[in-house]
Amino acid sequence: MNFFLQLVVTGIALGMIYALIAIGFVMITKSSNVFNIAQGHFVMLGGYLGYTFLVITGFPLWLSILCMIGVAAIMGLIIERLLLRPLIGHPVISIIMMTIALATIIEGMATLIWGGQYKTYHDLLPTFSLKIGFVSIPSEPTIGFFISAISVGILMIFYRYTKLGLGMRATAEDLKVAQSFGIRATTVYKVAWAVSFIVGAIGGLLLGAISGVMVPLAEIGLKAFTVALFGGVESLGGAVIAGIILGILENLASGYLDPLLPRGGFAGVFPFVVMIIVLIIRPYGFFGLKKIERV
Amino acid sequence: MNESLAHKVYAQKLSLFKSKTEWFAFLAFLVLLFLLPRFCSDRVLTILTMIGISITSAHGLNLLTGYCGQVSLGHVGFMAVGGYVCGVLTAKLGLSFWIALPLGGIAAGVVGLIFGLPSLRIKGFYLIMSTIAAYFIIMWFILQLYHITGGPDGLAVPRPKIGKYVLSSKLSYFYLVAIIALISTIAAHNIARSKIGRAFMAIRDFDIAAEAMGINLWFYKLQAFFIGCVYAGIAGALLVHYYAFASVDQFPFMDSVWYLAMLIVGGMGNTWGAVIGAVVLKFLDELVIIVGPILSSLFPAVAAQFAASLSLIVRGLIIVIFLIFEPRGLLHGWEKLWTYIKRWPLFMG
Repeated sequence: MNFFLQLVVTGIALGMIYALIAIGFVMITKSSNVFNIAQGHFVMLGGYLGYTFLVITGFPLWLSILCMIGVAAIMGLIIERLLLRPLIGHPVISIIMMTIALATIIEGMATLIWGGQYKTYHDLLPTFSLKIGFVSIPSEPTIGFFISAISVGILMIFYRYTKLGLGMRATAEDLKVAQSFGIRATTVYKVAWAVSFIVGAIGGLLLGAISGVMVPLAEIGLKAFTVALFGGVESLGGAVIAGIILGILENLASGYLDPLLPRGGFAGVFPFVVMIIVLIIRPYGFFGLKKIERV
Repeated sequence: MNESLAHKVYAQKLSLFKSKTEWFAFLAFLVLLFLLPRFCSDRVLTILTMIGISITSAHGLNLLTGYCGQVSLGHVGFMAVGGYVCGVLTAKLGLSFWIALPLGGIAAGVVGLIFGLPSLRIKGFYLIMSTIAAYFIIMWFILQLYHITGGPDGLAVPRPKIGKYVLSSKLSYFYLVAIIALISTIAAHNIARSKIGRAFMAIRDFDIAAEAMGINLWFYKLQAFFIGCVYAGIAGALLVHYYAFASVDQFPFMDSVWYLAMLIVGGMGNTWGAVIGAVVLKFLDELVIIVGPILSSLFPAVAAQFAASLSLIVRGLIIVIFLIFEPRGLLHGWEKLWTYIKRWPLFMG
């Protein structure tokens, strides 16, 4: 029983990280209908930026977070203007190939600048020890949990009550209708990419503090896509719930199934099995809008 | 495709070669293809062999993505299925390569059918995600079945042989790959202009209309997956037998992206586009390998990571440039230029 509870608790912590990455992905999908494959690479870049500001330049935590948000916003704007703006109105495959190309370029740049090495900055976040019964609750994922919860709350209010947020949802629904109502599509795209990059970078900072940063970290983005598909690509709350569910399931699967399999490693492939099942049973996710055509 | 002006009769539009000139060009190309490699170095032969394998694989992806519109990012996974099935059949069961090669292709096709099932309900991004998932699941299975596949240690496979003659030299293997690439090109071209190919195009252009016209989407989408993955499986088998060794490192995920990039660079939905894309991008890879050390000697501070990052950045930039400036590929660019030259004073588009 203790083993089970410990798996669940660490699963929730893992799931919150997935959720934070999936939120950045949902942001862009929700406002521009672009599926951003490079989201995991934003996270990796965020981790390296955190390393640069915290360790290399030695800024205090608040200043480095501010610097990181600034850099992330500028990069988001540049990416939107140079790469995605020319493709407005192009077929889905072109836009997805563009984000894959973006992912490749970011990976190359990160290898060039930071040498593709493993970087870590463990002791920079505050730590505490919590124990409920026999289950110990790790401190860094708990901080991650609260940061994810706060950012989801802010984004949900933003999408429901502000003019820009509503405009972003309208643009995703129908570009022409939104434009005829006087919503500037370019502003919407700019804000979406900047905010999504910032969310990804914050996730990267957290992950860097928990487990360190390296280039293959970007593959976590692929797992975050499962979370986004599970929750429905337009649902922020769905991303959080799905993230937690998937985190727990993945931990349980690796805890109980790995001893049975000769080579283990089931945790790595588990999200993809879930993805295939979700796509066959409920392609619009469990909390998303049902608008997928079945032809 | 601005060809309507050039055809005087319908039979000409249907024919494989439009004129006698094209016939002679094709024959001359065949002669060159089989004579020139005799005078090439081993390095060039390796490049040519890799180009042949890429062409075979790119045709499969072209039929699936370019003609039928079902985007797949798991193509390398299906290549791995073909490669491993063919490798295991020849290495462990001692089957002849010539029987194992089609069996590998069919095995990849069947696996493709299974992972093509979601395509009946989803499209676009959702289908891409399911093919990515397919890649990772296939790779996991290959590592799990280590009794058969050797897992992370890899699997030594024999070179194919005809009678007693083993195709061990690079030149002989190049001829094998060249013949298969040629057959697959002709087959892909003929599939594309048959009833199946036209059904694929109808599905790609507007699936609802296609179904209304009586095209069975279920049948043709799965057929596209099967055919595309058979091509991938054969290419994978050729790759494995070229190295005489099968390992999961030969099938990295990014190569799936690179095969899609071949279609974008060459021209999607056209047999010659796939060929041009494969040739151009393989040569580009070689260029990066040659230029990389020269550039890294200029910037000694970052020399260590330069080679690895340069190829990534160049690959990304190539896709970006083509998507923005010539999304329909080199072939379409060439056709525009040719029309411009031919009809110069009249047609200025």
